[in-house]
Amino acid sequence: MSNVHPYVGRAHPRVDGALKVTGRAKYAAEFFADGMVYAAAVPSTIAKGRIVSIDLSTAKGAPGVIDILTHENRPELPDSDKPYLNDMVAVPGSPFRPLYNDRIFYSGQAIALVVADTHENARHAASLVTATYEAKRPTVDVAEARHEAYDTFEPRDGIPPPPPPRGDAEATFKGSDIKLSESYRVAPEHHNPMELMATTVVWEGDGALTIHTKTQGVNNPKMYICAVLGLDPDKVRVTSPFVGGAFGMALRPHYDLLLATMAALKHERSVRLVLTRGQMYTMGWRPDTLQTVSLSAQDDGTLTSIAHHAIQATSRYEDYQEPTVNWSGLLYACPNVTLKYELAKIDVSTPSDMRAPGAALGLYALEVAMDEMSYRLGMNPLELRLKNYAEKDQNDDKPFSSKELKAAYEKGAERFGWSNRSPEPRSMRDGKELVGLGMATGCWEAMMMPHSACATLSADGKLKVACGTADIGTGTYTILAQIAADAFDLDIEDVTTEVGDTDLPMAPPEGGSWGAASAGNAVRVACAELKKELLTLARGIDDSPLANASLDHVAFSNGRISLVSDGERSVSYADAIAASGGGEVKAEGSFAPDEEFAEKFAAFTHSAVFAEVRVDEQLGVVRVTHIVSAIAAGKILNLATARSQILGGVVMGMGMALHEETMWDKTLGRVVNANLGEYHMPAHADVQNIDVIFVEEDDKANPLGIKGLGEIGIVGAAAAIANAVFHATGKRVRELPITIDKLL
Amino acid sequence: MAQDARSASEPVAVTLSVNGETHSVEIPPSATLLDVLRERLHLTGSKKGCDQGQCGACTVLVDGRRVNSCLQLAVMNDGREITTIEGLGRPEELHPLQAAFVAHDAFQCGYCTPGQICSAVGMLDEGHAHGPEEIRELMSGNLCRCGAYTNIVEAIEEVRSAREAPTLKTPKLEAAE
Amino acid sequence: MNFSYTRATTVGDAIQAVAGDPQARFIAGGTNLVDLMKYDVERPGRLVDITRLPLKAIEQTADGGLKIGALVPNSDLAYDARIERDYPLLASAILAGASAQLRNAATTGGNLLQRTRCYYFYDAGVPCNKREPGSGCPAKTGVNRIHAILGASDACIATHPSDMCVALAALGATVHVEGPDGARVIAFEDFHRLPGDTPEKDNTLAHGEMVTAVELPAPRFGQNHTYLKLRDRLSYAFALVSVAAAIELDGDVVSEARIALGGVAHKPWRVPEAEALLKGKLPSSGAFEEAADRLLKGAVGHGENDFKIELARRAVVRALSQAAAGTPQVQSNKIVN
Repeated sequence: MSNVHPYVGRAHPRVDGALKVTGRAKYAAEFFADGMVYAAAVPSTIAKGRIVSIDLSTAKGAPGVIDILTHENRPELPDSDKPYLNDMVAVPGSPFRPLYNDRIFYSGQAIALVVADTHENARHAASLVTATYEAKRPTVDVAEARHEAYDTFEPRDGIPPPPPPRGDAEATFKGSDIKLSESYRVAPEHHNPMELMATTVVWEGDGALTIHTKTQGVNNPKMYICAVLGLDPDKVRVTSPFVGGAFGMALRPHYDLLLATMAALKHERSVRLVLTRGQMYTMGWRPDTLQTVSLSAQDDGTLTSIAHHAIQATSRYEDYQEPTVNWSGLLYACPNVTLKYELAKIDVSTPSDMRAPGAALGLYALEVAMDEMSYRLGMNPLELRLKNYAEKDQNDDKPFSSKELKAAYEKGAERFGWSNRSPEPRSMRDGKELVGLGMATGCWEAMMMPHSACATLSADGKLKVACGTADIGTGTYTILAQIAADAFDLDIEDVTTEVGDTDLPMAPPEGGSWGAASAGNAVRVACAELKKELLTLARGIDDSPLANASLDHVAFSNGRISLVSDGERSVSYADAIAASGGGEVKAEGSFAPDEEFAEKFAAFTHSAVFAEVRVDEQLGVVRVTHIVSAIAAGKILNLATARSQILGGVVMGMGMALHEETMWDKTLGRVVNANLGEYHMPAHADVQNIDVIFVEEDDKANPLGIKGLGEIGIVGAAAAIANAVFHATGKRVRELPITIDKLL
Repeated sequence: MAQDARSASEPVAVTLSVNGETHSVEIPPSATLLDVLRERLHLTGSKKGCDQGQCGACTVLVDGRRVNSCLQLAVMNDGREITTIEGLGRPEELHPLQAAFVAHDAFQCGYCTPGQICSAVGMLDEGHAHGPEEIRELMSGNLCRCGAYTNIVEAIEEVRSAREAPTLKTPKLEAAE
Repeated sequence: MNFSYTRATTVGDAIQAVAGDPQARFIAGGTNLVDLMKYDVERPGRLVDITRLPLKAIEQTADGGLKIGALVPNSDLAYDARIERDYPLLASAILAGASAQLRNAATTGGNLLQRTRCYYFYDAGVPCNKREPGSGCPAKTGVNRIHAILGASDACIATHPSDMCVALAALGATVHVEGPDGARVIAFEDFHRLPGDTPEKDNTLAHGEMVTAVELPAPRFGQNHTYLKLRDRLSYAFALVSVAAAIELDGDVVSEARIALGGVAHKPWRVPEAEALLKGKLPSSGAFEEAADRLLKGAVGHGENDFKIELARRAVVRALSQAAAGTPQVQSNKIVN
């Protein structure tokens, strides 16, 4: 089978594909247990204030009702924040505590949990719970809270605060003739993965629980639930083998986990809680952000100053933060830069990381401002980017580990036909439609996390690799199988991957585009450890032909360990395993990012995004007819799943540009379009022609050269489309989404 | 009246024919077909994405027609032939559309996928899609948040054009094996 | 959701069952009712299933029209050869609405009875005069970009969401109804109503009355028509504004015109005077603009939906040009010709 190697770098079909297309892949709400009961959460109808009373009388008498939990009758919960902070993705502040007390922080907050024999009875009884409130007027619009913005928050772990100013952006801007200062706003968005948040708690008896929950990393909900409910970690197992999309929303534990587990423990029986689509809008979201970008330049396009200021919404109880403005000090060479990032509190649930948190917003603003500057200068927008190309990370004053953005610009422009663009806005048309071409740059940090994995080879030649990460649709199952198959020269059919289980080696949540590099390298190390074990066993066989061979001198292929210099001298994997006295050999391996390398180099992925739009001149109907996304993101492990990651990011970027907007009623403080009919994400008809180009990079940040792909696809996509709309229409819309009404 | 009025929430006996198998269940009248498939018959291939007919993840075929099973009361489907994703093919013997979805990487998280495939089976049998543009329009009731749309359309178009090509003699897709 | 279930075998039985129980409702396709029940907007105590009643035929009428049984699914109607040939405007409007799955389940009668998509109506946690008379209308000062610009009242600014009904209004259909007091036929413009002080009533049906059929007059407008729908994404979204336009030409001159608007009022919006303005005129953008202005006379926005007035004006002009040119909008083609 060695002719198919290496698997890494090919477009290998997903190894879990057959399970997914036949409906056999099991998601959190699809596990069953004897005697399982159903829970339903009751949402508050006010956004701010306190519960005065809850009337359970009617609901309690409804058919099948077993219990109704409220803040007044719930089992004991910790009275401090500390246990709740056992959340690897927690943010500074006081974490939300479901059913803790009478205080309402946001509309739709769960005020009660109904437990009943069937889903139908739980849902019905939940509709019969009523409450009276002492309501206060909420603020849900960050613009109304901007005068209270602050930057005195405790920095969030892992989120670098804006770098200190360099040069003097303000003075340079004042003294410059060619300049602009514009404000931008992206509508708040919700992740809206297709799968609803869900937890199935299986009561295994004697206090032992198996919890199937929607999460981007099983270890996080386990740590959290054990701390909050005081459970013995040895008696709690969390699994999440398949995740129906998450995009960041399932990084942190949500209230479904705590409420379902609390009910299961109280009643010593299995409980399923699936939130409704409407309740998906009562947790993490991409925060409403007000941004101002000021740029100045010389005649030749050289940027002389950049100032970027963002005010981002957060909840009353936590200081959620994203790296929103830092990109503006990084992407272009510029001596004078001032970046400012502030928060403003409103009466909503805490935002959460959503695909390219910070970058999707901040680079939208910067890249539209750059486009505006290109018109100010009368310069091709691509030329302006090239003119200010950054050869080093100026925020941290480090060289890049690799950066093939120039090649991405070039290849993207060529594939797209950028040279066909006529410079003047509103100068291209086709029938009743105005045609516009726009472009933008994207950037995301290439991160890695400490990660473990194990590899097990059995005598029948089957290899299993496993770790506690998640495959949220990214292709993790497949790339790990590819890496492992290559390590042992096995047919990929003989390799299985297991993820999403706390019984497996420790892994962080999958997010931030660090999954492939972290899990991939952990599997690589585990396979290397397994090779060592096998060689030791092979060398120990009586009269072993490999008696003195070292790892450097042998090859693992065709089911045998052979001397490179003399292939005749070899031991089969089966014989080596037999020497262990068992039917299989297992090894664990751990990977940690190379701190020394990270000290010296800055690692980022980049994209060049080109968009063609057609806009009906009279009616404002926008069609995105072509997108080219050229990606420079290190080594590509699987061309098919990698391409899909970028396609997904681009489509979500289209949503940001044209469709998506979570709308709150400002008086009621309530999301009015908390459903997929009125929260518009792109549908089939909106998406036609997307080209993805990978410009490979030889990156040394980790031995596999992986930089990650989950976020970069969305970054720059909305800006490219917005810039194309301007080129088509001559109308600059600085508030996304660009809906028909804004183009009339 | 074929059936007497029942007092509210009293379970009713319903016979559902799913993927060729007959199931007799006692269910409250308010139980949707989707919830009965998932929670009572443990056929979890049909997905709940919105429970409001706004995403298409729950699409199944009822008497060969694609519908949102979340908006169907199960009791109203008494005696009808229901085909779910589990009835189209098995991992070792995929339906042509299932195989095409794998080949084109027409999904990522996989959650909308059964609905997309059932919807595509229904659409091809309806016979009104003659190319990518019409596929896009007639598949728009199936949202995909992972954004696999272009690959989905390629997968469907491949099966559609093979089926329409007279020389290939591809058999008409059957809803159930 | 907590109700008893009855399956009717005759129209008479069904009517009797519902008429005698104020908490009872008919159910057919269920695509709207089941959804509303899950969210506690509708709370019937009893559902009478009419899906097995013999109301599924499309029959020729004596005067050359078609009588469409109330249970004919939207998709069957849109793809019926007679509808495609003789009433292409109706076929197009149906295909502009919802999704293929919903059209397969939803029925002709049910489509007429769809309830508004007003955000506040759909949220049982907030006031709404249509859902709970007298509780108030947060939409007037709230998020109202999808709301009515014509015919609204102080009590309600909701719109009717159907696409099919906009075409039926333009084509001058009639609605056949049976109830405890017998059968009657309602002109389409009299079927839906404006909200006034009783927005809880979407239409003029009495409790226990059932739509049994929709009748189309003899075919007209087969050549010069269009259904143009503008929305927040290119498919699977309710209309911000939609236009059903149909004209008849006598030589180069307009001899008859019909224009109905969707997404702008509590019912499909027609103004005979606006249509009359086109009579005897050569099709021209000037004439179309004049008709559009007349059609939109009295339109008022509520803030976020102010844009709909201008959007509707432009959409009417475009739709009339499409109709005049004999190049109707093809729903799968997203270029507005």
